[in-house]
Amino acid sequence: MKVLTLNFLTCAVKSCKSSSDSFPLHPKDAELVSDDVNLNPQLLVNLLPRIDWNALRTTSTELGFPQLPEQPPSAEELEADEKMLKDLHTLLMETQINEGKLVCGHCGHEYAVREGIANFLLPSHLV
Amino acid sequence: MSRPEDTLAADIHYDDVEARKYTTSSRIQNIQASMTRRALELLNLKSPSLILDIGCGSGLSGEILSSVPEEEGGPHVWVGMDISASMLDVALQRDVEGDLLLADIGQGVPFRAGAFDAAISISAIQWLCNAENSETSPAGRLSRFFNGLYASLKRGGMAICQFYPKNDVQKQMITAAAVKAGFGAGLLEDDPDTKNVKVYLVLTVGSSAVANRGGDITGVVDGMDNVDVLDGRKKGKGGKGEIKKGSKAWIVKKKEQMERKGKVVKATSKYTGRKRRIQF
Repeated sequence: MKVLTLNFLTCAVKSCKSSSDSFPLHPKDAELVSDDVNLNPQLLVNLLPRIDWNALRTTSTELGFPQLPEQPPSAEELEADEKMLKDLHTLLMETQINEGKLVCGHCGHEYAVREGIANFLLPSHLV
Repeated sequence: MSRPEDTLAADIHYDDVEARKYTTSSRIQNIQASMTRRALELLNLKSPSLILDIGCGSGLSGEILSSVPEEEGGPHVWVGMDISASMLDVALQRDVEGDLLLADIGQGVPFRAGAFDAAISISAIQWLCNAENSETSPAGRLSRFFNGLYASLKRGGMAICQFYPKNDVQKQMITAAAVKAGFGAGLLEDDPDTKNVKVYLVLTVGSSAVANRGGDITGVVDGMDNVDVLDGRKKGKGGKGEIKKGSKAWIVKKKEQMERKGKVVKATSKYTGRKRRIQF
């Protein structure tokens, strides 16, 4: 499960839909792996406006990475700066959660992650 | 041969044995590959995008998404959802590049608003037309799925869902649920009226997705050869007549006709065509 996906994933419980605490999900007891992925600068530039930067800062701090800058880079800055591109690529695409739990900030529901796959099957009373 | 969704639920049908059979069958691989390519053609993505693969299974379509060459707008990054752990296991073994989620699409799509550029689904959503237990209804599952999908797509995004409808009722059920969720919806049928018919549900989020024909869904197939457009939507008042049968205007017209024929006709007054008290 890439860090990129964590930036989009929310809690699936119905009562959490209206709350802003249900995003992002907080990794707990997370085991990270690093995977080699080809750098795709076009994709990163395309996704940049849609990435929730504050959520990304929260997630990266929770995973034990150094704090990201407060403001996201603009598209031109990103295209120009190779190092920033590579760093963002490493964080978003190559850093992956292999095992652990994802906890909702609102309802506290924990989603288990096994071998990189998160289990989002909900018992019917939560749907 | 009965349809798999008539016998068992999706997560039970696709156990380890079935998952292996499905993924290693070259016939299935070929069919799934051609349907994925057709869906990509309809999506017409110009640059590498974030795609949601609904019912990704063992990643047969995901692999194609990851290997779209740069000249054709690729390669794409995808996130897949499937209800069968066995199928996802096979996907892991094949080392697919997309992220996998074990989830029931009938429970919703757990992503924040405007997350995905596009969504693709190959041979999956017909499973929503079956209710596995008394707590859920097909209509409920369909509406939860389409509402979730609508929210998680960006404005101007598109979703292409190839599915196998059992009958016309299912087609209607699915299309109605999609329209109710807010999508612009159309059905594309490849090889219609043959045994090999393939049905694609083409969904647009907002009219900016389709730049031609004033944002109408039929613009998706603009410029494609061999596609006939059958528009079943009502076009408002038709050509035949504008006067509604039974209304006062119609009654007056009928009285004039009779008078011209020479019949005895009562004079028209304020009581003509008046709403009477309901007798029963």
